Amino acid sequence: MKNKNKRSLTKSNLLLIITIAVFFLMYIGAIIIEGQGFLKPQTFLNILNANAALIITSCGMSIVMITAGIDISVGGVAALVSMCCAVYLDFHDGSVFMSIIIAVLIGLAFGVVQGFLVAYLGIQPFIVSLAGMFFARGMTTIVNTKPFNVANEAFVGLKSTRVVVPGLGTLNKLGKYVDAYVEIGVIVAILIVIVFFCLLRWSKLGRHFYAVGGNEQSALMLGINVKRTKFLAHLLCGLLAGIGGYVYFLHVGSGSASHASGMEMNAIASSIIGGTLLTGGVGNIIGTLFGVLSLSTIQNIVSSAGFDQAWWTGITVAGMLCIFLVIQSVIMNRKKK
Amino acid sequence: MKKGRIISIMIVAILLLLAGCSRSADREMIAGSESQSEGVSQKTVIGFSQVGAESDWRSANTQSMKDTFTSENGYELIVEDGQQKQSNQIMAIRKFIQQEVDYIILAPVVETGWDTVLHEAKSAGIPVIIVDRMIDTEDQSLYVAWVGSDFELEGRKAGEWINQFLQEKNIAHANIVDIQGNLGATAQIGRTAGLTQVCETNENMTLIASEAADFTQARAREVMTGLLTQYSDINIAYCENDNEAFGVIEAIEAAGKTAGGDIANGEIMVVSFDGVNKEALKDVQSGKIACIAECNPNHGPLVKSTIEALKADEAVERFSYVEGALLVHDNTVSSISVDGVEYTTTVVDEAQIEGKQSN
Repeated sequence: MKNKNKRSLTKSNLLLIITIAVFFLMYIGAIIIEGQGFLKPQTFLNILNANAALIITSCGMSIVMITAGIDISVGGVAALVSMCCAVYLDFHDGSVFMSIIIAVLIGLAFGVVQGFLVAYLGIQPFIVSLAGMFFARGMTTIVNTKPFNVANEAFVGLKSTRVVVPGLGTLNKLGKYVDAYVEIGVIVAILIVIVFFCLLRWSKLGRHFYAVGGNEQSALMLGINVKRTKFLAHLLCGLLAGIGGYVYFLHVGSGSASHASGMEMNAIASSIIGGTLLTGGVGNIIGTLFGVLSLSTIQNIVSSAGFDQAWWTGITVAGMLCIFLVIQSVIMNRKKK
Repeated sequence: MKKGRIISIMIVAILLLLAGCSRSADREMIAGSESQSEGVSQKTVIGFSQVGAESDWRSANTQSMKDTFTSENGYELIVEDGQQKQSNQIMAIRKFIQQEVDYIILAPVVETGWDTVLHEAKSAGIPVIIVDRMIDTEDQSLYVAWVGSDFELEGRKAGEWINQFLQEKNIAHANIVDIQGNLGATAQIGRTAGLTQVCETNENMTLIASEAADFTQARAREVMTGLLTQYSDINIAYCENDNEAFGVIEAIEAAGKTAGGDIANGEIMVVSFDGVNKEALKDVQSGKIACIAECNPNHGPLVKSTIEALKADEAVERFSYVEGALLVHDNTVSSISVDGVEYTTTVVDEAQIEGKQSN
């Protein structure tokens, strides 16, 4: 068994190297196609700013996928979180701290219910989270139908807080020096990536996730509490969806039922590009981070290629996913031999 | 050894993919490098963040921008497709700031949540012009001008037309359902408000239901099918764009009823907005749609004159409205008046249909 664990680690490492290499190739490609815009550090930081929420939810998605599950409710949860917090902050003049608590609680609630249904009642994770997605989207509209701006002062203050990255600023066209910056959400995302990378790699729970996803039967025979492990995976995913939702909310600063639409699919795609296997047992949070970055770099290149080429985004992402799935199965087959 | 081979295959595959993208980007790239070699001052670079390509109106709107800001006219237009997502549009604007464009045109997907990014554009010294939908902000200095349609006026024109039509046909009372657009979109807010006003002031019109169908044909069909089972006495369906009207007509026909202006004989009259594609005008000609309050997508020229005024340091019109006609099936109503201004109706003929783009 120990041997098997070791093997899946090397597989995961190879996939990780590929992901990182692809990202750098993408970025060099972007510099070639787009020209100077991409050479500026701020362009890269903007990709981080825009995708902090996606990075966080993708981490949760990866954990669930490592246990061979899936959670497609994360986008809905993010929308619900942003709407609830917006209503709380704007209509009830609430405090920012409480709104964060609300976000975390909503995420945890989804995690607990879905985790229970999946782990202890043995219902397919896809079905459970599909119901979760519809429920969250529906609830968002019930909480408030119309999109609106949050004017709460403390919140707006937090939203416009910039963390200056020293040494990366550039001169703008007025000849003024502009500091390079990231939003608060990016700091949260990076912390989460580090924490969950360590959790998955070194903690007992983290190793249990891999064991359960790799082979449920043998994990059970090893004395791992499979149900509890699956439950915790969904719980963490829900929690991260809640935090991701709040970071998304912090990025746009408004509540709307259409927020974070398609986020769950982007999270799944990022995890796969990042080397997480859909069959479970293999995956890496750092890979997921690069998965998100690759995905948004493609979107960036394609969206500026001109209006008529907008469908290129979908096709390129589909092509990338195909290539990654083929590579993954090739590696898996080679290892089996 | 084998690992290395796999990685190299990968790299080739990705490069091929990139090459696929770059082919489509070639034109822009060439345009970009030209302006660099000629010196930045030669061409005015404009970044246009469009909502997406969800409707025919939207495509016509993008085309208008492309036709206006051509390189022959001394412009370089970078269009970014937001694919209906605000986060994509925020990202696009930030990219324009990094690319140091001269002007930013923003067609916002929703009204709220733009303050931060527009503030960044302002501090980078790039004037922002809002088109189509309005933005909701406290700080009016975040944009220099707005170009678009007066949606409330459109709604009132359509409402007033219904009112006149009912009077001409001697119909004492009609029940109206409002098939709304995306809740919160400027067009939806204005068109709903326009209808509500007319219904409140005229006793012959009752608004019995309002439901959102997101400006799409499929959703409108669902919504209308539901409304038809719920209410048996619908006389008029007020659709907030043409795509919705198509869906509503499908639903009416599927329910065994007829879409048309003969309300007295049980037909359901469809009133709609936009009037940008051939199919919609053909439906007006055949009578399935009784009236379309046109929403002119041709924003390009007005935006251009705003930008030229900005370049010359002249005062700019803060709000510019594009004119829209009332396209009707027959001349039962020859003209209507809203706020004392007379608007004549235009009966749709072949020539007008030819002038529009088809799907």
